[in-house]
Amino acid sequence: MSLGRREFLGWGAAATAGAALAPVINLVELAQARSPVEAASALRRWGLLIDITKCADCDDCVTACHNENGVSGNGRPETDAQWIRKVGLRDKRTGVAQTLPMMCQHCEEPPCVDVCPTGASFKRDDGIVLVDKHTCIGCRYCVLACPYGARSFIHETVTGQKPDVPRGKGTVESCTLCVHRVDRGDAPACVEACNRDGGKAMLFGDLNDPSAEIHRRLHSEPSTQVRADLALNTGVRYQGL
Amino acid sequence: MARTQFREIEGRGGFYALLGMLVLVVLAGLGAAWYMEHNGHYVTGMSNRIVWGMPHVFAVFLIVAASGALNVASIASVFGREIYKPLTRLSGLLAMTLLAGGLSVLVLDLGRPDRLIVAMTNYNFKSVFAWNIFLYTGFFAVVALYLWTMFERRMNGHTGKAGLFAFFWRLVLTTGTGSIFGFLVAREHYNSALMAPLFIVMSFSFGLAVFMLVLMGVCRGAGRPLGDVLIKRLANLLGVFVAAVLYFVLVYHLTNLYVTRQHEVERFILVSGGVYTALFWIGQIMVGGIVPLALIFAPRASRIRSALAAACVIAGGMAQLYVLIIGGQAYPQAMFADKEVASSFFDGVVAAYTPSLPEILLGTGGTALALALTIVALKVLPFVPQSLADAEVESSAA
Repeated sequence: MSLGRREFLGWGAAATAGAALAPVINLVELAQARSPVEAASALRRWGLLIDITKCADCDDCVTACHNENGVSGNGRPETDAQWIRKVGLRDKRTGVAQTLPMMCQHCEEPPCVDVCPTGASFKRDDGIVLVDKHTCIGCRYCVLACPYGARSFIHETVTGQKPDVPRGKGTVESCTLCVHRVDRGDAPACVEACNRDGGKAMLFGDLNDPSAEIHRRLHSEPSTQVRADLALNTGVRYQGL
Repeated sequence: MARTQFREIEGRGGFYALLGMLVLVVLAGLGAAWYMEHNGHYVTGMSNRIVWGMPHVFAVFLIVAASGALNVASIASVFGREIYKPLTRLSGLLAMTLLAGGLSVLVLDLGRPDRLIVAMTNYNFKSVFAWNIFLYTGFFAVVALYLWTMFERRMNGHTGKAGLFAFFWRLVLTTGTGSIFGFLVAREHYNSALMAPLFIVMSFSFGLAVFMLVLMGVCRGAGRPLGDVLIKRLANLLGVFVAAVLYFVLVYHLTNLYVTRQHEVERFILVSGGVYTALFWIGQIMVGGIVPLALIFAPRASRIRSALAAACVIAGGMAQLYVLIIGGQAYPQAMFADKEVASSFFDGVVAAYTPSLPEILLGTGGTALALALTIVALKVLPFVPQSLADAEVESSAA
């Protein structure tokens, strides 16, 4: 194919315009980002309070989470990701049965963050524990380190991704506390679903805010952390355990 | 004192046949890595419950053996045993090649091996893994320097200092490898300060076993005389190391058996763990411990028996790492005391794992890489003495 002078100039102009516009598109992204004063703040500590006496025998929280975050299985339960799961408990001595949702506990001292060689596992100032998908090398050391079995390694190509929730084969992921919703001022999808369709067992809020219901209840009612012996100060607390 | 004469191996037809075979195994390993990377890890036996599988058993074995292979040199340079001096170069070489083999397995098993550069440029200094990246790369540099002081006649006077530094480095390195497991609070079978010293004695034992087999193989293949004096010494030393590993394993389990909280995990490993229990008693304790001790310390020791003992130590060592790494993950995490736990994510049950072919090929590929690098190095540089016959060894040690 030979390129005439006129065509060459045309393509050249288009390429130049493209190159000039690309940073502007970046600027649009920047303009839509939250301002520094709205950035995640250490004054906040997001968390959940889950009253398992109200936790019904349903999995609305699981369905809502996986819909919200585009987490779908490939019919391979051993390798499919699960960001939240229902765990059935039965007391070995008394036989009393309970059920509860288990997910990343958003520890103040997260073992997954400690062990991550690249710093891809990190904790935001507001207490949300996340994985930076750009620096995760897929070593899975964090999966070994998590006391709650809360993390999944992405074993195959991901389809049906949501724009707010980037995922990728070969990296590790877990509950983000629906950080994209929290940053918009909404509650995580699991909490919303539980209060709409489920047993109204889940409460989301700022553990540091004295006016928040979660703060009030944590300061007036008994609650427990799973594996409290590890002293990780989890952001997710349970009642009725 | 006669000076030991070192010479490159000749490397004729047999050499190229062996090298060709090793290269094929390496290529199979690379193919397996590509297959796993391309499809994702679901094609392996690994899962969200067993995230570290067969590649990690191979990789940890090679890395632990690498630091242990350096011991022969340390005994000569640091502890002044002259009889080991002709073996120092091969010892340093194996330390580097085994580490290279182990690291390549580890890296190629990553979910994103293409992001190795990220691991080299982003560090979380609280991570034992991140420390290990420095310890491993540093080990190459330290051992290379140590080898240089051996090869370069003008630098021979500094071999002792370089050897001491390398010895210190390798102790820190194996402490780091053991602590990858020892520092994990979330796993009942790992979380123990004993992991670091246990890994150090394991490295003494596995590294020496590999060294002995390679030494015998090289001397036989290259037609270099190898006397019984050295073999006997090395075998006796191996016996001491094997006994030390058994001792540490005993103390580890006795401690756990005393602590009520650890009874369940001990029952799993020692009694009810199926393949893990079988591998522990038959692989780790019998094949890796009692059989080699019997072979080494029974009357009428022979060269065949020494080689067999070394092979048993390697097989037992692989079994030990399988029980530790995979058994430790298969055992369900304790989240709720006194509760039976069940979920769709395999909480409360022993996680299933069957090693897959790609995982095994990747592991054997790394092992073949270590051996291929070793024999190529032997051909290009004078690592092995002309003769290790008893008379030579004793006169150079005299």
